[in-house]
Amino acid sequence: MEAKELEPQKTPVKENEGFRKKTNNPDKKSSGKGPELKPGYFKSRKVKKRIANIFTTLILVAVSIVLLTPIYWMVITSLKPMSEIVQFPPTLFPDEIVWSNYAETIQAFPFFRYAFNTLIITVCVVVGSVLSNSFIAYGFAKISFPGRNLIFALVLATMMIPGFVTMIPQYILFTQLGWVGTYLPLIVPAFFGNAFFIFLMRQFYMSINNELIEAAKIDGASHFYIWSRIMLPLTKPALITIAIFSFNGAWNDFLGPLLYIHDESMYTLQIGLQTFQSQTTTQWNYLMAGSTMVLIPVVILFFVCQKYFIEGMDLTGGTKG
Amino acid sequence: MGGKIKVKKKTTMSMRRRESLWGLLFISPFIIGFTVFLLGPMLFSLIGSFTNYNITSRMDFIGFRNYEQMFTADRLFWTSLYNTLYYVAFIVPLTAVGAILMAVLLNQKIKGIKAFRTIFYLPAVLSGVAVYILWMQLLSPSTGLINTVLSWFQIQGPAWLFDPDWTKPALVIMRLWSIGGTMLLYLATLQNVPGQLYESAELDGANAFQRFWHITLPMITPIVFFDVVTTTIGAFQIFQEAYVMTESGTGGPANSLLFYNLHMWNKAFVAFDMGYAMAMSWILFIIILILTIINLKLAPRWVHYEGGQR
Repeated sequence: MEAKELEPQKTPVKENEGFRKKTNNPDKKSSGKGPELKPGYFKSRKVKKRIANIFTTLILVAVSIVLLTPIYWMVITSLKPMSEIVQFPPTLFPDEIVWSNYAETIQAFPFFRYAFNTLIITVCVVVGSVLSNSFIAYGFAKISFPGRNLIFALVLATMMIPGFVTMIPQYILFTQLGWVGTYLPLIVPAFFGNAFFIFLMRQFYMSINNELIEAAKIDGASHFYIWSRIMLPLTKPALITIAIFSFNGAWNDFLGPLLYIHDESMYTLQIGLQTFQSQTTTQWNYLMAGSTMVLIPVVILFFVCQKYFIEGMDLTGGTKG
Repeated sequence: MGGKIKVKKKTTMSMRRRESLWGLLFISPFIIGFTVFLLGPMLFSLIGSFTNYNITSRMDFIGFRNYEQMFTADRLFWTSLYNTLYYVAFIVPLTAVGAILMAVLLNQKIKGIKAFRTIFYLPAVLSGVAVYILWMQLLSPSTGLINTVLSWFQIQGPAWLFDPDWTKPALVIMRLWSIGGTMLLYLATLQNVPGQLYESAELDGANAFQRFWHITLPMITPIVFFDVVTTTIGAFQIFQEAYVMTESGTGGPANSLLFYNLHMWNKAFVAFDMGYAMAMSWILFIIILILTIINLKLAPRWVHYEGGQR
């Protein structure tokens, strides 16, 4: 069924080649017979463009409102008293702002303790991800050795393996190692590379000229020296991208801590928040205050490092650097 | 002279060998990680799926009994598979269409487009429990925002997470809120489509829709393919939302949110029937593998590679 639906796209490709051919033929246009060259053409085209732009802007504004409203709703609900939340119709702005919701949430749910725990894990994961993926990808991008392409294909293939297939046996492995109840199962794997990051990093290395490495080699530098002294500083933008994505991943990780952390004093924010949620059920003012606090660091990080967030997703543009 | 050549050959040989050793050294973390955290566990789970392993005492070989039980006796297995397929069937096409439309909108040359890009992407960075709690409030039948907005239009909103018919659509809507990541992938690709293609099409009188259908779409098919493959794999693994939004993984009303991985989780870490859970994980793996292979086989029919490279 899928194939049938998509088949019509095959022919358009030929047609767009047709478009190209026609414009490559300037004589036809200069003959001036086409309606395109009427005196008002460019003007009317401009007006049309402007109308189209206004229309597009309106759509963009509408979608933006839809996308931002949940966040707005979370923040204002966190500042309302419970009596105002249940009232109908709901108020679009709190009648009275109740900052104490936050103070009470922090008392009921040790936000700073959990934030500190989460930060420890996150920092370790970020360091591990940045170092290991940069190191591994250098091997794939800049050193030639037999079997390299085959192993790289293996890296890409691991992206296709669903994490749940290895979850249970990994749990058994970490149980045997006595690591359950510690942060080690959450941190250690980060030091052994991640297929997506290796791929990202390798793309970036490919854009760096090999002459630099050859020159350093002639000067007697080893690959380790080249990687640590020349490549690490050169690939900073890619490293920041990896740092941000791994930060986000570790900060928001729920499954890992759920599986491995059972001592309440070691909880992360995600687990703490989930426990808080199951105890508080529909006390939306507290729940929204807790959610807001957990999301704030991510939002700040996003606005500070926006450029890297957005460029990091450009899988095709590895050569742009 | 002959000797000189020999020496040179020898040094290049040893240099090549040294180079290979360096290469292996650099990729060794991956090799170790792959063996210890992936290959080893996968082999263990394959063997374990034929046992009654319960992590503490027993690990007896029981042949295909786990698989047999799954297909014939465990009704919840079929429920969870149905729920998951339902979710995948909606998420994959909706994500692709939604993200492409968003990307086309954001690819226009309009004032303030950068601000719009930031806004469109923002929800994608937010994830985890806080977002699920936020959506539980938005979807709340009486005080939630969504039903309030619907009531402005005289529509009586459903009970969402409390109505078995509406729980999965609720999760689909929540997921669609954060398709900004996929959108960026498409946007980056759109920006690489040569502008003259559009200009010449416009001169030939192609309208906006024709330009989209005949130029944009064929040019982005490689990313559509990538997106379909990865979103399918991701959607099959839905777990956290269902776990948090159904009170510690109970599966929601009438088990309507009991997704495959949630059922597997309950078997493994609530009932401690690890052997059975590992058998389940292999069935999931095989389903995903088959779908990925079908995707790969169908790809040449519709994926258009510019210039045939890449």
